[in-house]
Amino acid sequence: MARTYVQATINGVATDFLCEPRQSLLEVLRDELGLTGTKEGCNNGNCGACSVLLNGRLVNACCVLGVEIDGAEVTTIEGIGNPDRLHPLQQAFLEEAALQCGVCTPGFIVSAKALLDKEPHPDEQRVRYWLAGNLCRCTGYDKIVRAVLKAADDMEPARQ
Amino acid sequence: MAATEHPSYKVIGTRPVRPDGVEKVTGKAQYGADVRLPGMIHGKILRSPHAHARVLSIDTSEAEKVPGVMAVVTRADFPVAEDVVQDLGEGAVSVKELSDNVLASDKVLYRGHAVAAVAATSPHIAEEAAGRIRVEYAVLPPVLAVRDAMREDAPLLDEQRVTKEMGGQGSGRPSNVASHLRFAGGDVEAAFAAADEVVEREFTTKMVHQGYIEPQNSTASWNADGTLTIWTSTQGAFVVRSQVAEVLRLPVSQIRVIPMEIGGGFGGKIPIYLDPVAALLSKKSGRPVKIVMSRTDVFEATGPTSGSYIRMKMARKDDRITAVQATLAYEAGAYPGSAVGAGAMTMLSPYNIENFVIDAYDVCVNKPKTSAYRAPGAPAAAFATEQMIDELAKNAKLDPLELRLKNSAHEGTRMVNGAVFPRIGAEETVRAALTSPHYRSPIEGPNRGRGVASGFWFNAGLQSSVVASANSDGTVNLIEGSTDIGGTRASLAMQLAETLGLPFEAVRPTVADTDSISYNDVTGGSRVTFASGLAVYEAGQELRKEMVRRAAKLLGVDEAELVYEDGGVQSTRDATKRLRFSEIAAKAGQTGGPIAGKGAVQARGVGAAFGTHVVDVEVDPETGKVQILRYTAVQDVGTAVHPSYVEGQIQGGVAQGVGWALNEEYYYDESGRLLNASYLDYRMPTALDLPLIETVLVEVPNPGHPYGVRGVGEVPIVPPLAAVANAIAEATGHRFRDLPISPRRIMEETQGLA
Repeated sequence: MARTYVQATINGVATDFLCEPRQSLLEVLRDELGLTGTKEGCNNGNCGACSVLLNGRLVNACCVLGVEIDGAEVTTIEGIGNPDRLHPLQQAFLEEAALQCGVCTPGFIVSAKALLDKEPHPDEQRVRYWLAGNLCRCTGYDKIVRAVLKAADDMEPARQ
Repeated sequence: MAATEHPSYKVIGTRPVRPDGVEKVTGKAQYGADVRLPGMIHGKILRSPHAHARVLSIDTSEAEKVPGVMAVVTRADFPVAEDVVQDLGEGAVSVKELSDNVLASDKVLYRGHAVAAVAATSPHIAEEAAGRIRVEYAVLPPVLAVRDAMREDAPLLDEQRVTKEMGGQGSGRPSNVASHLRFAGGDVEAAFAAADEVVEREFTTKMVHQGYIEPQNSTASWNADGTLTIWTSTQGAFVVRSQVAEVLRLPVSQIRVIPMEIGGGFGGKIPIYLDPVAALLSKKSGRPVKIVMSRTDVFEATGPTSGSYIRMKMARKDDRITAVQATLAYEAGAYPGSAVGAGAMTMLSPYNIENFVIDAYDVCVNKPKTSAYRAPGAPAAAFATEQMIDELAKNAKLDPLELRLKNSAHEGTRMVNGAVFPRIGAEETVRAALTSPHYRSPIEGPNRGRGVASGFWFNAGLQSSVVASANSDGTVNLIEGSTDIGGTRASLAMQLAETLGLPFEAVRPTVADTDSISYNDVTGGSRVTFASGLAVYEAGQELRKEMVRRAAKLLGVDEAELVYEDGGVQSTRDATKRLRFSEIAAKAGQTGGPIAGKGAVQARGVGAAFGTHVVDVEVDPETGKVQILRYTAVQDVGTAVHPSYVEGQIQGGVAQGVGWALNEEYYYDESGRLLNASYLDYRMPTALDLPLIETVLVEVPNPGHPYGVRGVGEVPIVPPLAAVANAIAEATGHRFRDLPISPRRIMEETQGLA
């Protein structure tokens, strides 16, 4: 199948790649660009494990085609903090033990970042509502919700 | 020992950041689907559209013509499976049935049953080519529900199957009932005759799935030297190795299994599905082959847990439960092996009931072969027992927790299988629930109700291996054979740090592949922190002894005057003569070479786990929607090694139990097609469906473990089904005995809308 040339900014880096029109953004990230932090749980938009930010908006990468991101900015888990400088959400997930198997964790962190970017002070119910598109089967969500609320608190001084 | 007499541990009981945490929050951790090898191609499996059919022929010629296709595999490519039964890590398994489940031979027994596979240069090409394989089927009538399958005129999945009777003769007639077990004690009839009240009820539950977020995957490379390397997501690398060895008839020494990070398992990632297929595709194509299941494949073709039918008769005299008669029939799925035996063995375990007869039937149906799911067999059984007790308590105007307390099992109580409990915390969990702020608070408002339930689950022992090596910088590499699903790198490293008197950060745990450590059983049965913990303790003790020996050389004193304490070796005669662990480790080369300790255990001294849960619900009378208002889970955890991860296990189990109670079910049409094989339609709880889940950790140390560790992972899924049902009964005045208690069921049963 013919491949299309696509240019995009991914995690702040100008990137170009070739992809088949039928390849999803999730496939492109994982198979073409080696960004495997974005996970596949269902491939039909129900689990949120492939959450990424597309021009700042939260999307499921499995429901976007690779060719659609031409000219766009994409942020994946690899673009949110790194081992030397963790994002407050990542730090809070560690401290609050908000992960068990960890496979849904990148999606939750990307999704929670999208929330805190626009609403710095969500309450518990708002966090639960926002994260309802991300499935976790290990934790019962308790520690995830606490971690997001804690990260929101921790980020407070940085905003002032 | 009560919690207040807790020994003063330095590391155990703290909450450090887990060693694999940073990798997982940054997306760098490598799961099975992330494997990418030079020359790697992609496999897809063709699956049966029928629930029950004979496979007449398979024509792969059109698929082979698709450009990019590099190999096609059918059952004809497999070695002939031996009709033998082997213990491959999780009880006895027929190698023929295991092989038939991996790739069907003469019959397909459920929709989604694998029949052929293609490997191609891209997953899309492989999928397209798989669609061009022509399979001719002779479709047979399916049998989908457990009681239908038990009828004498039911369609037979296996015409050769006759019921295995424990200690007796079966009818000898072909049957879908694979086995019948009976547990009996005391005199049930006399107890029923003497009772104040006898209640008899029926309960049903539907098949539900483990629901792990990461689909099964396997990457295999058939190497030039004839060895096979497998990268996969599994609860037990050695168990994959032994299963693949049986199916492909290879020596285990020729197979190396590399366990990748595992994205949830809950029992569902013990059986193999893809590994032998990927291996043969690799052998044929000469390339490494990766296969990743779709979510639909996961629902249709990987181990759910049984749907069940339970009939139960229970007697009360004064405040004692005096007798139980029960019949349990569990759906095994396509091949025998449901957890009905464990259901039968656990259903009365929180109690001391003298008279009982329990019959258990393992029944094949045209649905996927069931596999373990967190405390396999116990939740459905507890759904029955704990509602019966609740009903008797209400009828007798007794507090349901007080009635449980009066009948509680304790040290010395015999289980129905004859095993005698050592020190257990069953009673303690009920007491802690009784005095919990939640239970003491009032529940007010219309359509609201509170429910309670208890539960029990075994701990498994089995085999574990670790090696602990001292590094010259004073740290310790801990190589372990147990795959880490939910934080056991941390809980094992903490036990080694405690044993050696070192800080947690000094221990660096790594999960090893099957060539790099000796045999290690599955991560299952709530066993890793307990059993691999024993291996860690043993390795730690060996290191301590070796450190003393080396310190004697360095200090020039007799070993007998030295003791290992506080992370170093100390002279008992001269307080100034002391060497730290790091000082001894740094000089290993001058005192006899590398310093290592190993632990290889067949773990004994398993604990037993009990929990008691309290839940408040509100039922919307107009929609039938149930809101969980508050949830408290009390559990005897022995010793909470890392309390946050213990709480996490409990909260996760509760969430799965709530989903099972309220929404989750396999929903089939009459032809045996699963109608809800997606996360949208198979409705697992989301963050919005649950409140914060309160936990109360009761610590009754397990006398069989140096740190009192009990398994904690499984028991929390046992009580929720009944606790939620009991709460809904309070809220609505109607008792629901069939799961799930979905909005639809609530409207049908309370409003007569069926």
